[in-house]
Amino acid sequence: MSTQATHAPAATGTGAPEPHARRWDGRGGGFLVKLALMALVNAVGVSVLWAAYAQGSWAIFAASLVLLVTADWVYVSRRALPLKYVLPGLAFLLVFQLFSMAYTGYVALTNYGTGHNATKEQAVDALLIQAERRVADSPSYPLTVVQRGDEVGFAIVDEGDVRVGSAEEPLADVPDASVDGRRVTAVPGWDVVPYTALISDTALQQRVVDLRVPVSDDADDGSIRTREGSTGQVYSSALVHDEAADTLTNTETGAVYRATDEGRFVSADGEALAVGWRVNVGLENFTRAFSDDTYSGPLLRITVWTFGFAIATVATSFLLGLVLALVFDDPRLRGRRVMRTLFILPYAFPAFLSALLWRGMLNANPDYGIVNQLFFLGTRIAWLDDPVLAKLAIIGVNLWLSFPYWFLVCTGALQSLPGDVMEAARIDGAGRWRTFRSITMPLLLVSTTPLLIASFAFNFNNFTLVYMLTGGGPRFTDTSATLGHTDILISMIYQLSGVAGGRADYGLASALSIVVFVIIGTISALAFRRTRRLEEVL
Amino acid sequence: MATTTTRPTTTDRPRVRRGRWFAEVGWKYPVAAVVIVYAAFPLVYVLSAAVARTGTLTGSTELFRTFSTANFEALNASRFWTWGVNSLVVGGATAIGSVLMGAAAAYAFSRFSFRGRRGGLTALLIIQMFPQMLAFVSIFLLLLALGDVVPALGLNSTVALICVYLGGALGTNTFLMYGFFNTVPRELDEAARIDGATHAQIYWTIILRLVTPILAVVGLLSFIATFGEFILARVILTSPERWTLAVGMYGWVSQELNANWGLFAAGAVVAALPVLLLFLALQKYIVGGLTAGSVKG
Repeated sequence: MSTQATHAPAATGTGAPEPHARRWDGRGGGFLVKLALMALVNAVGVSVLWAAYAQGSWAIFAASLVLLVTADWVYVSRRALPLKYVLPGLAFLLVFQLFSMAYTGYVALTNYGTGHNATKEQAVDALLIQAERRVADSPSYPLTVVQRGDEVGFAIVDEGDVRVGSAEEPLADVPDASVDGRRVTAVPGWDVVPYTALISDTALQQRVVDLRVPVSDDADDGSIRTREGSTGQVYSSALVHDEAADTLTNTETGAVYRATDEGRFVSADGEALAVGWRVNVGLENFTRAFSDDTYSGPLLRITVWTFGFAIATVATSFLLGLVLALVFDDPRLRGRRVMRTLFILPYAFPAFLSALLWRGMLNANPDYGIVNQLFFLGTRIAWLDDPVLAKLAIIGVNLWLSFPYWFLVCTGALQSLPGDVMEAARIDGAGRWRTFRSITMPLLLVSTTPLLIASFAFNFNNFTLVYMLTGGGPRFTDTSATLGHTDILISMIYQLSGVAGGRADYGLASALSIVVFVIIGTISALAFRRTRRLEEVL
Repeated sequence: MATTTTRPTTTDRPRVRRGRWFAEVGWKYPVAAVVIVYAAFPLVYVLSAAVARTGTLTGSTELFRTFSTANFEALNASRFWTWGVNSLVVGGATAIGSVLMGAAAAYAFSRFSFRGRRGGLTALLIIQMFPQMLAFVSIFLLLLALGDVVPALGLNSTVALICVYLGGALGTNTFLMYGFFNTVPRELDEAARIDGATHAQIYWTIILRLVTPILAVVGLLSFIATFGEFILARVILTSPERWTLAVGMYGWVSQELNANWGLFAAGAVVAALPVLLLFLALQKYIVGGLTAGSVKG
C-alpha cells in the first residue's frame, strides 16, 4: 500500500552495501494489492450507488457516495496519511455504531412500530390496497402472464380482443397478438410466460399476485388482478384518496377519514384505519415509559433489579476471586499451575452454553435437574420459577461464570504489588491483617477499579445470561406486558421492541435504550474522573 | 500472604511442625479441591450427559452410568454442523477484520501526529463505554432499509452480521493495541525510514511483526466474543440455515416441553472443546489482554 514517494535505497553508491542494511523497494507487490483492493471497493461502491439510485433511497445513496469519494481521496492523495490507516475501521464504526446510536435517538422521538412502519405515501398505498374489492358483477377474463425484460405484465382476452398492460401502462389493445382459445400465445414486444414456468417459479408467482394492471388511465376504473395466473378480475378500492384535503373516503359507507398528527387516518366518530405512518411524537415515548401503567411499574422494578443484579454480580464474583487469589498465590503450594487451569474452566467455557446448561441443571423436577437431585436431597425447588429464587439463581450462575476472571485479575495484581512496600510494612511490625487492609487492598483497588466499572457496565447489559437462563421469567402477574421478575433493562427493551416478532414498538424500545445509554455513560464518566485513565493514555 | 513464616529454630518436634504446616499451607489443598469441584462439576456433568444413552439430560443424575455415542451421531441429523460452520465463518471473519482494522488505527494513533489525534483517541475511549448491542433496535431498522437496496447487507445476511460486528471493532480493540504499539521503540521505524522504507513497509514488515502477541490476543478475544454473541445474531439472522451456534442451540432447549438436552449436551461438548482448549493453551496471553480492560462475553 505504498503511495509515498520512494527514496533511493540508502545503501547504494560507493562500495559494497552495508551488510545489515535491508533494501527497501517501493511500488512493488504492495502497490498492486492496493490497486486491486481499491478497484474492488469502487466496484462495490458503484453497484451500491446504482442500486440506491434505482430504488430512490437517497439517504443511502448520499451516504455511500460520501464514503466512496472519501475512500478514493484518502488512498490517492498523499496528504491523508493517518486516514489511510484509520479509515477502514472508521467507516464501519461510523455506519454500524455511531450512526445506529444517533438513529436510536431519532427513532426514540417517533412512533415507529407496528401500524406506523412507513411513510405517509406508503401508508396510503397500503390502505388503498387493503380496501380493494372485486368489482361486483365484473367479468372474469382469461389471463396470460407476459414479461418484457424484468417487467411483468398481463395479457387478457376481452371478447376476442387481446389487451396488454403492466403496472405502469394501463391495458391497451394489441391487434396483432395471437390467441389460442383462452390463452394468448404471442404478443409483439413481450415474452409469453408459459403456465408451467409460472408454477415452478415462486418469486415470479409472488410478483404476479402483487401485480395490478390499471384498466384505464382513470384510477376509479380499478385494476386487473389475478389470484392464480390464468384468470383476471377487475378490482377497485373502496377508499378514495383526496390529496388536496388529505382525506380518505370510503365509497361504500361514506365515512371520511382525516389525517391526524399522530400518523393515522381517523374518521369523525373516532374510528382509525389500521395502517398509519411514522411521525415525530417528541418525548411521548419517554413519558409513556414512565407514566403508562403497563410499563412504568415494571420499568421501575426492572431498573432496580438491573442495578441490584449488576452490583451483586460484580461484588460476589470479585470477592470470591480475590479470596481465592489471596489463598492460592502462595509459592509454597505445589501444583499451582494445574489448580489455576482448573479454576478458570468456567471462564473458558463459552458463556451462552454455560447459561443454557445451568438452565437444565436447575430444573425444578429432581428427576431432571441435577442440582435439586444431588444437593437438595431430591426436593422440588423451583429455582427458575420463583421470583426470589430465580434472582438468586441468576446471581449464583453468574458468580460461577465470572469468579475465574477476578481470580486471574487479582492474582496478576497481587503479583505486581511492589515488594519493598510489603517488606517495609513487615519491618514496621504490621500484622497480616493490617498489611492487607492498609497496603494490599488499596493498591489492588487502584489497579482493579477500572475493571470493576467495566464489569459493572457489561453485566448491566448481560442479555445473554438472563435471556438464556430464565428468559426474564417468572412473568409479572400485574401487567399485560411480557416482562418478568428477572428481566433486566436490555431484555425489557428486547421484549418491547418486537424485533423478534410480536407487536413492534421501536419508538418506545429506542427511548429505553437512550435511558440505558445515559445510565452507562454517567457511570463511566464518573469512573473516568476518578481513575484519570485519560491522562495516562493520551 | 507473601510473608514467609518464621520457622521455629528448635525443630525437634515434627508433629508440631506438621501442624503448623497444615495451618499455614496444608489446608489450602482441601479448599482447592472444593473449588475445583465447584468449577468443574457442571462441565463433567455435561460430558456425562453427552455420552449418556438416554436422549435427555434427565435421569442422568448418576454420572457416566451409561456410555453411548448416540447423541453425537444425532448431531449429524441436526443443523449443528451448519451452525458450527456459520459460527466459524462469522467469528473468523470478525476476528481477522478486527485485528487488521484495529492494528492499522493503533499504528496511526501511535506513530503519526495529526490534527484530531487527541480528539480521536478521546472519542474512541468514550465510544468504548457504550456497547454496540444496545443499539440493536436501530441496527435492525438500518439493515431493514439497507436490505431493500443491497440484499447482501440486509437482514438474514451473514455478511451484514459480520459488518455489524466489525462496526464495534475499532471501539473495542484500538486502545488495547495502542498501548502495545507504544511499547515498540520508535527508533526502529526511524532507522527504517532513513534507510528509505515507506510508511506502509514499516507497518507491514516491522511493526506488525513486533506486535504479533497482541494481534493474537485481540483476534482470539474477538473470536470468542463473536462466538458467544447472541442478541445481534438472533435479531439479524432469521432463517435457521444462517443461524450461529448460539442462536441455534438456544432453540434446542428454550422450550421446556420439547427440550432436547442430550443433543444439546453433545453439541455443547463439541462446540466448547476448541474454544476451551484454545483458551487454556493461550491463557498466559489472554489474561494480559483481559486485564487490560477487555471483558469476555
